[in-house]
Amino acid sequence: MDKKQAIIAEIPKLRRFARALASDPALGDDLVQDCLERALGRLHLWQKNTSMQAWLFTILRNIFVNQLRHAARRPREDPFDEHKDQSGGSAPMQGQRLMIHDLGQALDQLPEQQREVILLVGLEDFNYKDTAEILGVPIGTVMSRLSRGRETLRRLMDDGEHGGTPTLRRVK
Amino acid sequence: MNTPEQRTDADLNAYVDGEMSERERAEMEVWLATHAEAAARVEAYRKQKEELHKLFDPIIDEPVPAVLSELIFQSRAAAPTSIGMRIVITLLLLITGAAGGWGLHGLQNSPQRTGLPNFVERAVGAHLVYASEVRHPVEVTADQEGHLVAWLSKRLGSPIQAPRLLSAGYQLIGGRLLEESSRPAAQFMYEDDRGRRLTVYVRAHAGGTTAFKFIGKDNVSAFYWMDAPFAYALTGDIPRQELLKVAHVVYEDLTP
Repeated sequence: MDKKQAIIAEIPKLRRFARALASDPALGDDLVQDCLERALGRLHLWQKNTSMQAWLFTILRNIFVNQLRHAARRPREDPFDEHKDQSGGSAPMQGQRLMIHDLGQALDQLPEQQREVILLVGLEDFNYKDTAEILGVPIGTVMSRLSRGRETLRRLMDDGEHGGTPTLRRVK
Repeated sequence: MNTPEQRTDADLNAYVDGEMSERERAEMEVWLATHAEAAARVEAYRKQKEELHKLFDPIIDEPVPAVLSELIFQSRAAAPTSIGMRIVITLLLLITGAAGGWGLHGLQNSPQRTGLPNFVERAVGAHLVYASEVRHPVEVTADQEGHLVAWLSKRLGSPIQAPRLLSAGYQLIGGRLLEESSRPAAQFMYEDDRGRRLTVYVRAHAGGTTAFKFIGKDNVSAFYWMDAPFAYALTGDIPRQELLKVAHVVYEDLTP
């Protein structure tokens, strides 16, 4: 019973993360539903004294990655990671004139591996260590993806401000 | 950390994310004061975080879709349901003090070893599950209030009224029967004109009277009290002062 209450208490944050990750409300809630079903089915695997929140986020993120592998919706690979897959996506800025109106649109331009780090650290307030555990990568990888992602976002937003029309929203 | 003359991107980010020791932080601030370009980047990263919250935080306040809360609720049916198993589980919870799963420990001063009376946990849990329900928030709707009250009174073993909270701006939508450690309990649900929902949880309580006690966490809080033959919990996600006013209305309406 208490485990279930712990899960219920995490649903709002799971929905926030899932929607940001999937950039779509319906897809986001589908993700949360898959995540809850899986978590309830494996509740015996959750270890007491570990964070229920981190456990649920790990499950949700893994479901998302598996779905992406099938759908290939956006570049999954971070083009600057070592051991880069040759078929990995292209860097978002190359030769494109992008009209960026807000951070949401800028986020959509990022490779998935940078986006998820930015969301876990910047939105969900996980520390680097927990983020590394959720993603199953070393802390150094978390930090380098975060650095590159934020820098790309900054340039995208700058372009939006200086190169766009006067109606573009200024990020405050 | 690098020498005071050199900072990496990782340093800037660690600073923004609070991943530095006090000393590193202080050194960083000194360094940033003389490095305008890096300071501008730090500022831009901070704004990115703020903007992320502005974009996505409203989702936190949305009611949880029924399909999600039902999932958790339905999965209870799959849990061991024999009375024997429930007794075992209840005993285990009492022995290990493991109740209080969503971290209410320490938020109030009850001397009980589980930190919080069982009925309050059950009340808050039931509030979280049902108040967010869109389609089936209640079992029996308010238009059958007579039937609802008679039915719940019978199950709880003493006459109970659905408190009238109209003076506080809340209208009864209905109620449902719940179980708490294999004993019946009742939940009445109310809604104001902005769609905010409160629940009043009632179960039999043999002896003693207590003052109002308060627990609060993130987006839900509750006042609870005992006044034989019932124990009550009023739960909602409205500010404490507002909730307290409603608690007084509930109390006055239920006290002859």
